[in-house]
Amino acid sequence: MKSNEVILKISKLSKFFGKNEVLKDISCEITKGEVVVIIGPSGSGKSTFLRCLNYLEVPTSGEVNFKGQILNPMTPEHVLDIYRTKIGMVFQNFNLFPHLTVLENITLAPLTVLNVTRDEAINRAHDLLKRVGLIEKIDAYPRDLSGGQQQRVAIARALAMQPDVMLFDEATSALDPELVGDVLKVMRDLAHTGMTMIIVTHEMDFAREVSDRVIFSDRVIFMDGGLIVEQGAPQVIFSTPKEQRTIDFLKKL
Amino acid sequence: MEAELSFWAFSQTIILPRLAGGMLVTLKLTFISGVFGLILGMILALLRLSQIKILSWFSLFYITLFRGTPLLLQILFIYFALPTIFEVYQINMVLDSFAAGILALSLNSAAYLAEIFRAGILSIPKGQTEAARALGFSRHQTMYKIIIPQTYRRIIPPVVNELSALTKETSLVSVISLSELLYVTQRIGSKYLRVWEVYIWAALGYLLIVVALSIFASRLEKRLELKGGV
Repeated sequence: MKSNEVILKISKLSKFFGKNEVLKDISCEITKGEVVVIIGPSGSGKSTFLRCLNYLEVPTSGEVNFKGQILNPMTPEHVLDIYRTKIGMVFQNFNLFPHLTVLENITLAPLTVLNVTRDEAINRAHDLLKRVGLIEKIDAYPRDLSGGQQQRVAIARALAMQPDVMLFDEATSALDPELVGDVLKVMRDLAHTGMTMIIVTHEMDFAREVSDRVIFSDRVIFMDGGLIVEQGAPQVIFSTPKEQRTIDFLKKL
Repeated sequence: MEAELSFWAFSQTIILPRLAGGMLVTLKLTFISGVFGLILGMILALLRLSQIKILSWFSLFYITLFRGTPLLLQILFIYFALPTIFEVYQINMVLDSFAAGILALSLNSAAYLAEIFRAGILSIPKGQTEAARALGFSRHQTMYKIIIPQTYRRIIPPVVNELSALTKETSLVSVISLSELLYVTQRIGSKYLRVWEVYIWAALGYLLIVVALSIFASRLEKRLELKGGV
């Protein structure tokens, strides 16, 4: 699945909230088809890092190189709007649009932003709903769905834009334990189709199984900024981590 | 002669035919000012939330001015003072009392409605904006396609409040001799010296408009309830 093509090259990304440095000069490369899992304690900057990747949060400095297109804090908004169509994102709280049906949730962005035809948008929605196992909910409103179902619709909604990269921000953290499995299954299937995925999660078993590489980000010692402490294959990270902070974190789980 | 008529006979022959004209004017004032107020209010709310400071300040200034001064003063100002100001600049701008009434009521209700719309927009969780932006919606598309539609149901009760207030405030326009419901009522009352009968009918007239408005609003609320509950 993996190629050597770098799809996202992150260089010296920093983010301040006021005087608080949440990300500290983070650099890393993501190759096409790679599944990267980011773990770390709360407040270590994992989510902020993810949100800086699609510029939902504008980094204070640094740049993101997406297939040759350079995005930095000076990039104008209309350029970012187009960039974001290529980076899907799934949120902890699903954030489905409650005033729209499942079908409308999935078709609105392709129709409005990408100007695809109505037939094409509906076809995409049908295919995706079959993939996530929710075709029978096509006319339901979000309030009629369980959390797990809502999250699967949210994944379908993001995929309808046919993004190059998918970001998952603690996609299963708000779910009841018995519903986590369905969502993880959809994510696992997606990983096997070759989608480039960057996943912030607390599901260590999942991280061990699907990811090609685990990034451990930690702020326990560096009080004023998140940075990448250690990265490597999950087998290595989970069985023989090198850094003391990684060892401490994994011991607490 | 009229003093000998019974309540019902007096109502039927004298009061109701004359009040009908006043009622029509009141309805027109309410409806036209309501529509203008809603449109202008939404524009002011969006300006107030604008990233561009000067627009936001303008909106805040406007709202402060129109909420901070009496409506009665605004009506009198627009009808009597505005033409004299324009006169200084050699501009002939005389509004008839109906136009002045519409203008004052629209401008005034817009200030209150703007704050209702702003509150509605701010009440939508931030996650909705984030989800929309993450899908590539522009700031404007997010506002029009995602945020504003979700505010409808929650702003209906305060909007009905404001429009009910507006309905009754149209009576203030009687000070510039516009023959709306209350003005006509006062005229009939003093002409025939049968005051309480006339005022009861006038009260029912206002009540009718406000009740109709409330029924319409609760129907609308129920319909929106069926659409996803937002």
